[in-house]
Amino acid sequence: MADRKIRILLAKPGLDGHDRGARVLARSFRDAGFEVIYTGCHQTPEQIAATALQEDVDMVGLSCLSGAHNYLYPAVARLLQEAGAGDIVVVGGGIIPEKDMPGLYAAGLTAIFTPGATLDSINEWITANVTPKE
Amino acid sequence: MKELGKRVLAGDIRAASRLIRNLEDQIPNTHIAIQEIFANTGNSHVIGITGAPGAGKSTLTDELIAAYRSQEKTVGVLAVDPTSPFTGGALLGDRIRMLRHAEDKGVFVRSLATRGAMGGISKAVGEGIHVMDVLGKDKIIVETVGVGQQEVEIINHAHTVIVVLVPGMGDEIQALKAGLMEIADIFIINKADRDGAGKLYKETMNMVQMSRDKYGITKGWQTPVLLVESVLEPHKFAESVTKLRDKIDEHYQFLVYHDLIADRMRRKTTAEINEALWGAILAPILEELESSGEMKKMIDKTLTKEVDPYTLADEVANKYLKERSTSS
Amino acid sequence: MFTQELLDKSSLMRKKWEDEVKKIVAKSGDQKEKWSTVSDLEIKRIYGPEDIKDMDFENDIAYPGQYPYLRGNQATGYRGKYWTFRMFAGMGSAQTTNERWHYLLSTGQTGLSTAFDFPTLMGYDTDSPKAKGECGKCGVAIDTIDDFRQLIKGIPLDKITTSMTTNPPATALWAMYCASAEQQGIPLTKIGGTIQNDMLKEFIAQKTLMCPPEPSVKLISDTIEFGTKFVPRWNTVSISGYHIREAGATAVQELAFTLRDGMEYVEDVIKRKGLHVDEFASRLSFFFNSHIDFFEEIAKLRAARRIWAKAMRERYNSQDPRSWWMRFHTQTAGCSLTAQQPYNNVVRTATEALAAVLGGTQSLHTNSLDEVLCLPSDHAVQIALRTQQLIAEETGVANTIDPLAGSYFVEALTNEMEEKAWEYIHKIDDMGGMVAAIEKGFPQMEISDAAYKFQKQIDSGEKIMIGVNKYNIEDEVVDIPIVEIDDAVEEGQLKRLAEVKRTRDNRQVAVCLKDLADACRKGENVMPFCIAAVKEYASVQEICDVYREVFGEYRDPGIY
Repeated sequence: MADRKIRILLAKPGLDGHDRGARVLARSFRDAGFEVIYTGCHQTPEQIAATALQEDVDMVGLSCLSGAHNYLYPAVARLLQEAGAGDIVVVGGGIIPEKDMPGLYAAGLTAIFTPGATLDSINEWITANVTPKE
Repeated sequence: MKELGKRVLAGDIRAASRLIRNLEDQIPNTHIAIQEIFANTGNSHVIGITGAPGAGKSTLTDELIAAYRSQEKTVGVLAVDPTSPFTGGALLGDRIRMLRHAEDKGVFVRSLATRGAMGGISKAVGEGIHVMDVLGKDKIIVETVGVGQQEVEIINHAHTVIVVLVPGMGDEIQALKAGLMEIADIFIINKADRDGAGKLYKETMNMVQMSRDKYGITKGWQTPVLLVESVLEPHKFAESVTKLRDKIDEHYQFLVYHDLIADRMRRKTTAEINEALWGAILAPILEELESSGEMKKMIDKTLTKEVDPYTLADEVANKYLKERSTSS
Repeated sequence: MFTQELLDKSSLMRKKWEDEVKKIVAKSGDQKEKWSTVSDLEIKRIYGPEDIKDMDFENDIAYPGQYPYLRGNQATGYRGKYWTFRMFAGMGSAQTTNERWHYLLSTGQTGLSTAFDFPTLMGYDTDSPKAKGECGKCGVAIDTIDDFRQLIKGIPLDKITTSMTTNPPATALWAMYCASAEQQGIPLTKIGGTIQNDMLKEFIAQKTLMCPPEPSVKLISDTIEFGTKFVPRWNTVSISGYHIREAGATAVQELAFTLRDGMEYVEDVIKRKGLHVDEFASRLSFFFNSHIDFFEEIAKLRAARRIWAKAMRERYNSQDPRSWWMRFHTQTAGCSLTAQQPYNNVVRTATEALAAVLGGTQSLHTNSLDEVLCLPSDHAVQIALRTQQLIAEETGVANTIDPLAGSYFVEALTNEMEEKAWEYIHKIDDMGGMVAAIEKGFPQMEISDAAYKFQKQIDSGEKIMIGVNKYNIEDEVVDIPIVEIDDAVEEGQLKRLAEVKRTRDNRQVAVCLKDLADACRKGENVMPFCIAAVKEYASVQEICDVYREVFGEYRDPGIY
């Protein structure tokens, strides 16, 4: 029986162009055996959601360091839910103050990775928590 | 996801992508969904784009999509990137150049990894074309990895094959080696503002002519060599690609006019039937040999030169095939 | 540099020392095998005269104010004038930022530096759909000259210099500054400052993108030409390495790519505008990172001065010593700071600031301890500013010029950095220049590889970040006041913008924008047209949309 490969969409919503973290993660995911589609910077939530459906990903990883995450991350989660794809795991990273986290979880994010998370810990989390649906 | 075939026929994007996924992941019984949609295929114009890494295929594809959308044609794209042989993962990096179409409902881009496909373009791509077809895409662009054998395989699946060359990358030699001369319907000299573009153009034209001379071809499609300007001059680039689009369509019209469509698809169909046969006949046999431990025994015996592979194959054939012509 | 007698003696004594080291290490071992900088440059256990014996005192070291300016551009050093205390600041509305600016000036800052929000950085107005959720969050929101006037309220533009970190829309924002000065009755010959305006590093690292490289560089040479003719005290480009470093580059890469960017601009202006190098080169300025490895940064900055001086004289045949000076602003490294145990950041910033000073910076921004989490609070920014003032007034390092000159280690490291930088520079030359290299993805890939390597070194513990992978505090509670930018800022700004658009002479705006478009098509200098347009309240986006329309938008080749 073949194992499914985990497919991940990595995207930077909004106008923030600080992509060092995302670029490092893209490589890390590839080296962990995932298939990763990195769509780079300057994505709108609409573009991200449309891409997630077209690529049939299991997880959407969002990165934003400009402070606009409170609008952008929930927007992505909502659009996925509206498209009937609420089963896609949405996670976020970047500069996210503690007090913003409950709101993001309530909006549909499953995990928020803060600075200091090692690459391995993120990969392990994904392997443990992201299962491709049938 | 249940009833994938039905949902694809109804135009469900995620279901279509999931079906391709099932092919990629080799989920058993995926062929059932393909069977459900197969009768509805055969309407799209399939365009293959191939060339060495760094040739600029994705950027070309992106602009080509725009060119087709301006004619209100719908486009499907299968963009293939290599799986890392060490980790099994893949960075699917073609889509990042096609982002402006992400929200356009008339465009469906699907990124695939080669997954170390034995013998070239993976089955998922081949069948993925059917899926895009059934979704009603007027044009399906298949963008391949562009190294070695896989490039040539594209001929099996596409009506129109475009080979992208770039000056200064030793492409002339590449093209000769990889057998691209024979399969190209259109040559593109991309980034034609670079040094060496003129030289590459001449050489490519010469090779096209030599090829025709060699095979005594005097009529039929004259493989053009088109120059495409740098994407850093967006207006000129757009113009060049509009010309490319028209040439591609011209080629398709040529095939239609000369009743060659079915002919082109014979190769693919042959390949598909071969694949299906392999899946129906050989795969189960191999599976059986593997799980029963018989395969291991066969390998051990061959290693010690106790027996040769052909004798073993004969034995297996005799065991599984009802009829066998006794020849030689 | 040394007599043979000294070298022989040193050789003997070194041998004795090496034997001693071998003995001790055999018994108790070193703490670790590899000792390297944060950029992974290996450092020897000791340096001695042998390591710099081939240096030529006159041509390689010399004195401050003497070619090749290793020890500094100015003869008098900091005794004549300290580096400018220039804190990068911007938050929320123009009014809030103006308040922060006055606060900083009142507490001892000596130069201004503007941080814009993302819509402004990217050339969008607050009412653009792309700007939703971003207004004022990481800098000040500027849409029209109406906001700009609020920003500079009460600031004497003829007495203080202002830096503006803006790249694709630089012409628009500089036009607002110039227009505001003129409207205050201050002639352009009297205003001083800097616009970052360095698009090459955007393509490489920072990614605030708009038009392709060719027209981007053209707009930059427009500003250089305009500044040369009409705003002589203005630095029209701040050729930047800071962002390249923050994106993950090594110190050598930062050094090489930055200086090579500078060379690309010089060559472009000479070719495109027909100016002689000495007509404009003295107004080119640079902007470097000061990262956590103390000596690597000092060596890097000193090497930068020497490389630039050589390049100007030898590559471009410059005759004017003022063109040979590499003048730079420095910012301490944001990427070296941690969200864990944030008070440690004060120490990091302090050592980084010290390195920048020992490297001879002309101007300095020190990060605040809370910037890993939010925009800096008043208190945090005060500590950051005091760090500079303390270094200047209490530590004594400003007493003497380039105190580390002659150090075997520092001179050897400076030489090594220069040598490695030149390798990169020549490699890029061979590729056909920086624009060609960017198209091939060369600098971008180097940076991505370095970033990935570093992250793995942190994850494995090979490199240490305290609080992250050593001396961590389990279940740490970070108790720092977090500065928030209210969503009300966006609402307020939208109202303001709507009002301006309603009350201005929209026909006149349209005329100005058309004139700008024509100027772009004809290849004329855009600055006068920008100034005319902003005076009529044309917005940042309206001007940038002209560029997008005429020059096309840049398509990122997506090389990462």
